[in-house]
Amino acid sequence: MKVVLDHLTKIYPSRTKGGSPVRAVDNFTFEIPDGKLIGLLGPSGCGKSTTLNLISGLEAPTEGKIFFGDDEVTNLPPEKRGVGLVFQNYALYPHLTVRENIRFPLENFRGKDKLTNEEMDRRALEAAKLVQIEGLMERKPAQMSGGQQQRVAIARALVKMPRVLLLDEPLSNLDARLRLQTREELRRIQNETGITTVFVTHDQEEAMSISDMIVVMEKGVVRQIGAPQEVYDDPENLFVAKFLGTPPINVFRGSVKADKLMIGSEAVLDIKGVPDGDITIGIRPEGFVLKENGRFTCELGRVEVMGRDTSVVSTHKYMDGVSVRSIIPSEDKVKPGKAVRFDLKPSKVHLFDSKTGERVYYEVKK
Amino acid sequence: MNNKKSVSVGKVLIYIFLAIWAIMVIFPFYWMVLTSIKSYSSYNGEYVPQFFTLSPTLENYIAAFTQVPLAKYFLNTLIFTVVTTAVMLVVVILAAFAFARLEFRGKDLVFTLFLSLMMIPNELVIITNFQTITSLGMRNTFLGLILPSITSIFYIYLLKENFAEIPDELYKAAKVDGTSDFKYLIKVMIPISQPTIVTITILKVIECWNSYVWPRLITDDEAYFLVSNGIQEIRENGFGRENIPAMMAAVVVISLPLIILFLIFRKKIMAGVSRGGTKG
Amino acid sequence: MKNNLKGWLYLLPAIVFLAVFMVYPLIDVFIYSVEEGYNSASQTYFGVGLYNFNYVLRDPYFLQAVKNTLILVVITVPLSTGLALLISLGLSSIKKLQDLFQTIYFLPYVTNTLAVGLVFMILFKPTAYSEGLVNLLINFFGGPSVDFIDGPYWAKMFVLCFYTIWIVMPFKILILTSALASVNRDYYKVAQVDATPPLRVFTKITLPMISPMIFYLVITGFIGAFKAYSDAVALFGTNLNAAGMNTIVGYVYDMLYGDSGGYPSYASAAALVLFAIVLTITTVNLLVSKKNVHY
Repeated sequence: MKVVLDHLTKIYPSRTKGGSPVRAVDNFTFEIPDGKLIGLLGPSGCGKSTTLNLISGLEAPTEGKIFFGDDEVTNLPPEKRGVGLVFQNYALYPHLTVRENIRFPLENFRGKDKLTNEEMDRRALEAAKLVQIEGLMERKPAQMSGGQQQRVAIARALVKMPRVLLLDEPLSNLDARLRLQTREELRRIQNETGITTVFVTHDQEEAMSISDMIVVMEKGVVRQIGAPQEVYDDPENLFVAKFLGTPPINVFRGSVKADKLMIGSEAVLDIKGVPDGDITIGIRPEGFVLKENGRFTCELGRVEVMGRDTSVVSTHKYMDGVSVRSIIPSEDKVKPGKAVRFDLKPSKVHLFDSKTGERVYYEVKK
Repeated sequence: MNNKKSVSVGKVLIYIFLAIWAIMVIFPFYWMVLTSIKSYSSYNGEYVPQFFTLSPTLENYIAAFTQVPLAKYFLNTLIFTVVTTAVMLVVVILAAFAFARLEFRGKDLVFTLFLSLMMIPNELVIITNFQTITSLGMRNTFLGLILPSITSIFYIYLLKENFAEIPDELYKAAKVDGTSDFKYLIKVMIPISQPTIVTITILKVIECWNSYVWPRLITDDEAYFLVSNGIQEIRENGFGRENIPAMMAAVVVISLPLIILFLIFRKKIMAGVSRGGTKG
Repeated sequence: MKNNLKGWLYLLPAIVFLAVFMVYPLIDVFIYSVEEGYNSASQTYFGVGLYNFNYVLRDPYFLQAVKNTLILVVITVPLSTGLALLISLGLSSIKKLQDLFQTIYFLPYVTNTLAVGLVFMILFKPTAYSEGLVNLLINFFGGPSVDFIDGPYWAKMFVLCFYTIWIVMPFKILILTSALASVNRDYYKVAQVDATPPLRVFTKITLPMISPMIFYLVITGFIGAFKAYSDAVALFGTNLNAAGMNTIVGYVYDMLYGDSGGYPSYASAAALVLFAIVLTITTVNLLVSKKNVHY
C-alpha cells in the first residue's frame, strides 16, 4: 500500500496570546512507495511526530490530503484507516496480559468483521510468533523487559493487519544493546510482512541503518528525501549535512577566489563553476588525508586512538564549533608538533551558500 | 557503653508513652465488648466494675436484635451505603473522565468552578437541602437520604488527577484501534485507576456508615433510621430501661463492620485518608 | 461540536447534582438569612432586612453555643496537634511494634462517633448502681465523684474536649507520621556527623521540614472543631440546649428541625455567622503562617 502525502500542512494556533501560529508541518508532499520502510528524521520539534499523527488520523491536517493507495483518508477517523501504531513508551495496557493486549484491537471489530474467540486467539498467537514472544502470553507488561514490551506493542499494532505501520521513536527507551537487536528485528518483521512502515526518530544512525528511504525535517519543512547513503553523500543543504554523520561534518567559513577554494589564506582545493565570494565549506571527518606538505593546515590538539581508525582533534581559526575532527586510518601516524597538515578528498567536501545554506555544486579542476 | 544504655532507657520511655495512648484508644473498645457480654444483672450488681467476666453471655445481642429494630437500622444503613456509594462512583467517574480525557469548550472554567465549590462547608447548604427535600415530599424516603450525598467534588478531583496520569499514548493507541471513548473508560482507565477507585469507595463507605446529621434531619420515622440515629434512639428510648449491656451489644454490632473493613484494607484506607480525607 | 456535546454529557450528572444541592442552596442561604419572619408552612415572609442576624446574635442559646464552640476550639486544637506530634515523633523513632501502634491509633477514625460516644458516656457517668469507672479512678486517688454528663459545666466540657481529641487524633497522627517519614534521611546523617544535639535537630531540622503539614493540621483542626456537633450529641443527647452544651452547628440544626425547629431564616443567619468566623480565622492563620512556615 503506497501512502501519498499531498501538500500536507498542520498549523497550531499560537500558545501565547498575540503570538504567531506555529506551522508544525509545512507543505509536505511525498509518495511513500508500497512496502518500504521510511525513516522520518529530525531534531525534536521538527514536526516528524505531527506528521505521524496526521497519517494515523489522530490529528487533522489544516491543509492537504492523505491517500492510502488510491483511497483518500484525509477525513477518516483513525479507526477507519487501518493503521498500526507503536509508541516510544510502548503504551501497553498495564492491567492486561500480553495475550489480552494483543487481542485488544481485534475485540473492537463489529458487525461482519467480528471475530470468534478462537479466531482472535489464533491471530494473537500468530502476531506473537512473528515478534517471537509466544512464550510470554500470560505475562503482564510490568513483568517483561523493555525490549519484550516493545515486541508486544509491535504485535498489537500488527495483529489487525494494518495497511500502514507507524512507529514513534520505537527504540528510544531501550538500552544500547537492545536497541541494536530490536532494530534488526524491526527490519526483519517489516520484510516478512511487507507492510508499508513509517517510523520517526531523532537518531540518525538508527534511521540510516534500517530505512529504505529517509526524510529529513527541520521546523516543519522537509529538507531532503532519499536513500540513506544518497542523502549522506549528497546533502542538499547545510542542515542535512550537519544533521547526518557521526562525528558531524566540520564546517568552515571560506571563500572562492579565481577557481580556488580558500580557507583563510590557504587554497585547499582547485575548483570550477563557482563565482568568487564567501562560501560555507563542509568537510566530512573522513575527507581528510594526512600529508606532510598538505594544502590545509590546522593546529593540532590531540590524537584519539579508536583502534581501527585514528581521530585527530584540531582547531582552525575559521572553523564553526569547538574543534575540527578528522578520521584517518590508524597506520597514518601524526607527528607531534603544533600543526597538522591535510589534503582534502573532493567527494567529501561540500559547499553551501553562506546566506541560504543551500548546496553549491562545483567541479574539481584536474 | 554508657551512651548506649541511656539510649535504651529513652526507648523504653517512648514505648511506655506510646503504650499509654494505645490503651486510651483500645480501652473504650474493650469496655464495650466486655460490657456487652455481661448479663444485665451482673453488670448492675458490680459497684466496682470488673475488668473481665467469667460468665460471658450472648443474651444482650439477642436483646439488641429482638427488643429494638437493630436489624432494620442495619439493613437501612446497608442500603443507604451501597446505593449512595454506587451512584456516586458512576457520577464521579464520568465527571473525572470528562475533565481528564475529553476536550470541550468551557472545560477549564467548569473545573475551576468545581474546585471553588470544594471550599463550601456542608453546614451552609444543608438548610436549603432540608427545605428542598421536605418540599419534594421526600422526607423519610431513601431517595431523600441519598440524593444530596451523591456528588463529591473532592473525589472527582482525586480521580481526575489519577486519570490524567495515564499516558496519552494509551489513548492514541486505543483510538487507532477503533476503541470508543466509553469503551476506553471502561476497559482501560477504570482498571488502571482501580486502586484509587477502591480508596474512594472505602472512604465513601466509611462516610455513609457513620453519617448522622443529614439522616437525623431527614428521617423521623424509625423505619428509615440509619445506625447512627438508631443508636441515639436506643439511648433515649430503647430497651424500656437503662439496659447498658444491651446498648453496648448494639454498639458492638454497629461498629464491627467498619472495624473489619479497616483491618482488611488497613494500608489502603490509611493511604487514602492521608491523601486528603478528613473526618466527617 | 460533537465533542463539545460529549464532554458536557459526561459531566451532566455531576453538574445537575451540584447545581441542585450545592449552588442553589448556597445562594438560597443568603436569601433565607435576610427574609424576616419566614414561615416554613406557608413559605411567606414579611420583609427583607438584617433582623435574623440581630435575633441570632442576641439569642442566649446562640451565645452559649458560640462560647462552647470557642472553648472547644481553643482547648482541643493545640492539645490534639501537640499530642499527635509527640506520638508521631515517638512512632517514627521505633521499629518494633510500629505497625501495631499505627493500626491501633487509627481505629477511632473508622468508628461511629455516636456509637462510641455511648461508651464514653457510660465510662464517665455515675448511675444508680455505680459511680462509673472514671469516678472510681478519681475516688481511688482521693477525689470526690463528679457527674461528667449531667453535672457541672466544666466537667461536661472536659469530657467533650476529651472525646473530641480522641476522635481527631487518628487523622493528625497519620498525617504527621507520614510527614516525618518523608523528611530526607540525609539531613539527619549530616546533623549526626556535625554532632548536633537531638533537641536542636528537632527544632532546626525536623520542625521546619514538617511545618507545612502542622500548619495544614491546625487549619483543618480549626475548621473541624468549629463544626463540632455529633460528638456533643453522642455524649449529651440530642437536646443540647438543655444540657447547656450546644455548639454553633447544633444551634443551626436545632433552628431547622426538632422541638425548637422550623426557622430556616435563623438557621441560615447562624450558619453564615459561623462561616464568617471560620473564614476570618482561616485567613488569619494563613497570614500568620506566611511568616512562620517554611515550604
